Amino acid sequence: MFEYAPAPESRSVVDIKPSYGLFVDGTFVDPTDGGSFKSINPASEEVLAEIAEAGSQDVDRAVRAARKAYEKVWGPMPGRDRAKYLFRIARLIQERSRELAVLESLDNGKPIKESRDVDVPLVAAHFFYYAGWADKLDHAGFGPAPRPLGVAAQVIPWNFPLLMLAWKIAPALAAGNTVVLKPAETTPLTALLFAEICQQADLPAGVVNIVTGAGDTGRALVEHPGVDKVAFTGSTEVGKAIARAVAGTRKKLTLELGGKAANIVFDDAPVDQAVEGIVNGIFFNQGHVCCAGSRLLVQESVADRVLESLKRRMAQLRVGDPLDKNTDIGAINSAAQLERIRELSEAGAAEGAERWSPACELPDRGFWFAPTIFTGVTQAHRIAREEIFGPVLSVLTFRTPAEAVEKANNTPYGLSAGIWTDKGSRILWLADRLRAGVVWANTFNKFDPTSPFGGYKESGYGREGGRHGLEAYLNV
Amino acid sequence: MSERVAVRKTYKLFIGGKFPRSESGRSYIVQDSNVVLASRKDARDAVVAARAAVKGWAGATAYNRGQILYRVAEMLEGRREQFVALGVPADEIDAAIDRWVWYAGWSDKLPQVYGGANPVAGPYFNLSAPEPTGVVAVAAPEAPALLGLVSVIAPAIVTGNTVVVAASPAQPLPAVTLAEVLATSDLPGGVVNILTGRITETVPTLAAHMDVNAIDLTGVSDAELAAELEVKAAENLKRVLRPAPAGHDWFADPGLARMTTLLETKTVWHPKGV
Amino acid sequence: MTATATSARSDLSELGRSETALRTFLHGLPGVDQVGAEQRAAQLGTRSIKTTAKAQAIDLAIRMVDLTTLEGADTPGKVRALATKALRPDPADPSCPHVGAVCVYPSMVPYVAEVLRGSGVHLASVATAFPSGQAPLEVKLADTRAAVAAGADEIDMVINRGAFLAGRYREVYDEIVATKEACGDAHLKVILETGELATYDNVRRASWLAMLAGGDFIKTSTGKVPVAATMPVTLVMLEAVRDFRAATGRQVGVKPAGGIKTSKDAIKYLVMVNETVGPDWLDPDWFRFGASSLLNDLLMQRTKLTTGVYSGPDYFTLD
Repeated sequence: MFEYAPAPESRSVVDIKPSYGLFVDGTFVDPTDGGSFKSINPASEEVLAEIAEAGSQDVDRAVRAARKAYEKVWGPMPGRDRAKYLFRIARLIQERSRELAVLESLDNGKPIKESRDVDVPLVAAHFFYYAGWADKLDHAGFGPAPRPLGVAAQVIPWNFPLLMLAWKIAPALAAGNTVVLKPAETTPLTALLFAEICQQADLPAGVVNIVTGAGDTGRALVEHPGVDKVAFTGSTEVGKAIARAVAGTRKKLTLELGGKAANIVFDDAPVDQAVEGIVNGIFFNQGHVCCAGSRLLVQESVADRVLESLKRRMAQLRVGDPLDKNTDIGAINSAAQLERIRELSEAGAAEGAERWSPACELPDRGFWFAPTIFTGVTQAHRIAREEIFGPVLSVLTFRTPAEAVEKANNTPYGLSAGIWTDKGSRILWLADRLRAGVVWANTFNKFDPTSPFGGYKESGYGREGGRHGLEAYLNV
Repeated sequence: MSERVAVRKTYKLFIGGKFPRSESGRSYIVQDSNVVLASRKDARDAVVAARAAVKGWAGATAYNRGQILYRVAEMLEGRREQFVALGVPADEIDAAIDRWVWYAGWSDKLPQVYGGANPVAGPYFNLSAPEPTGVVAVAAPEAPALLGLVSVIAPAIVTGNTVVVAASPAQPLPAVTLAEVLATSDLPGGVVNILTGRITETVPTLAAHMDVNAIDLTGVSDAELAAELEVKAAENLKRVLRPAPAGHDWFADPGLARMTTLLETKTVWHPKGV
Repeated sequence: MTATATSARSDLSELGRSETALRTFLHGLPGVDQVGAEQRAAQLGTRSIKTTAKAQAIDLAIRMVDLTTLEGADTPGKVRALATKALRPDPADPSCPHVGAVCVYPSMVPYVAEVLRGSGVHLASVATAFPSGQAPLEVKLADTRAAVAAGADEIDMVINRGAFLAGRYREVYDEIVATKEACGDAHLKVILETGELATYDNVRRASWLAMLAGGDFIKTSTGKVPVAATMPVTLVMLEAVRDFRAATGRQVGVKPAGGIKTSKDAIKYLVMVNETVGPDWLDPDWFRFGASSLLNDLLMQRTKLTTGVYSGPDYFTLD
């Protein structure tokens, strides 16, 4: 009766070059000992561009450039001038927001409404926030005249490519460090466009260096003896490998890793908003979110009612073309990720959980996975323990607040958690007991540059965002 | 009249508020006394005791923890002669007592200094507060035996963590004597557990233990061992305090990093509406 | 006691007999988080409706308009002109549908009835001492009966907000029941005046109260207080009718009124209806817009879609 016609965002606003070099010392250069790889659009499998793959010599060159910039330009520069460069970058991001959003959706597969309304605005806000810190570090609570660390090696994931870049680069530069950043191999394009923005901002050469590549490039960067700081966002498995790699060195390390967040719904919850929160918690960004509310813990007395509402709501989700402004769920980022989601979902079904998805037609080409929930899940199921990193929700029930806490904390992860109840004292009681770095009460998946983000336990250590985020880049 | 025969002290481990011998039944001699050579099993028992104490200690009010740390200072002041007898210099004892007092005051101030409200761009209440990470394994500095030990224990426990400490192998007697101070200071059993013996025996067990949340390698002077321990600690991503640089001045202002490295920051969001 | 979607139908007809039962029930409804509800409404407002979908939506919105004039200065001439426009909103284009209803004061009903007779356009009259509702019950019921007798087939009543806010739910309930009875065969729309209810929790409770008492429609506003219909208020009311049908099997309509002035606004509402309660409510029998200037904007957009040229106000009648 009321079918929405396609409303695609125009991709003509973005000019993708056929190939990209490495961004080292202020210019794009060809790799010396690396090769190249292709970045594709996961919604169509079309090749977007050929990307240089940095070898160890290229990484070395980038680290040297960063060192030189740190010693000669960025380190000695007064904070007020570093601030102005960061403000300038923030403004350029706002001015080129449409271009960045479209490119992000093309390369990553996320819906344009998210890249446009969430990712890119948060990127600009993050630079704006940390810009203001650059000349106020004496007052940040780390003692007088805190010193930067030097050269930061930063490795970021594919789920929020530009936002993770901002989370890494903005505080590092504000604190006076220079950086070598490696974007994920499936989503390098917005980082390369960011490199152009650095040029446009006349940021001194070598302050930001972008080396593209896969695991080997990342390893070369992290293990490079010339770096003083390593910051990584990604899987817990790789995080542990990095922690081992920097053992015994002087490199300061911060890690933001996986999660298996409990989203806890009580019988007195504002149920319509809770259902929105559940949907936002697991289907935002196709569930490619480390803090996704991937375990729904619902009080048994309202489980049927909540699930009925949830299924009705899920039937409204529109899966498809990421550039369509009406798309709620875009493409899975890569074939490999799709395979992992499939494998774990099959394990869920095989282990006896009940699987449900709304009727939805998936495009023929590209990587897609329908929003899915599993009911009848117990703590023993793989889908209740392992991070799926896809649009798949495991539903468990509980009877008492104490049981909710016990189940919520029964995981090696500890990144985030959600609480839905109208009772204020219960929220505070529960928030005290949940072993998670971010607790969203009667909301979910909210982010802000002023708000520290990071995990407990195997979800990593260190915080990004806020005053806390500076600590990772200062010698304190 | 013959001279009175003195009663000698048996130096034992301090685990869960009790003074057990090692299950291994081994000892070594320091300053003419037998000191327990703790085993891997003792280290694991200490972790169990430390874990059991987390809930009560982390859940205690900051005011209560502060008072207990201050009580430790009071007890230490009263027993300073015992430490003098062990050869601890008077200025070191003074500094150790003062350090307890300094940290005691932090219990209810660090959350204010290190946390607070965040002005997010939306209709939300948003508050960050530090929380203890849990069980902390500590390799105490080889020297100064008392001040060094106090300087690693106090910052870990003042925020609500519990600790398993490997005392200086060369100078364990002040550690065991400090345990006696702690045992009489209203500190709940298990909050501080002290192992004597070889670092190479107990600390690798603690570094690899999956129910330990953080490790302080301050006292590991062998760089190769320290790196090995850090690798083991990566298995469950323990928070790591790296070895103290040679010549570290233990009398200087300690700063906050010893406390903050062993803390988690929790940020809570809630909408504001009617 | 909970009251939203359950697979088993509940008999809630006894609730109105006791103040305590009514209060317990209404206060047992799930709460509404303001920020969450407003964000969901805003999110629904970002749907992009183009081409054929837009053309369909505009025609549907025209059919849903309760073309309204509620002024002290209304005259027979004024309301006749309005009724004529209701029948043929765009005289230049016979394919343009007629509106859902004309909505006037009781004294104007006879003049409108003459024009609308046999057309299929409904005739709504406000009643019950609109807009304040501050009159003795007998006066309000007489007001209702007079409007129906004069030819109104829909009655837009106001609830007693004073009694509601004071917690005298039974009084509000009883007035609605009595008005429904006075309506006879005419449909009863219950105006909650959400701008005076202050919270979404109150909007949800008032919605249920009106439905429990037999209202055929729940309507946001009189248009006479500063805050009229908003997206989030309408969202909460849509959730209420959805849950009420799930609980009782009876479908109730929703009418946002006041403040909806553009086609873009109207389409946002239709998207919200579509995604909250589904196609069952995408019909003039179950969803209406209380509006006056909205119609001309819908007509301008309609012309733009058919001719490809942006029109101007000079080309549409001002009645």
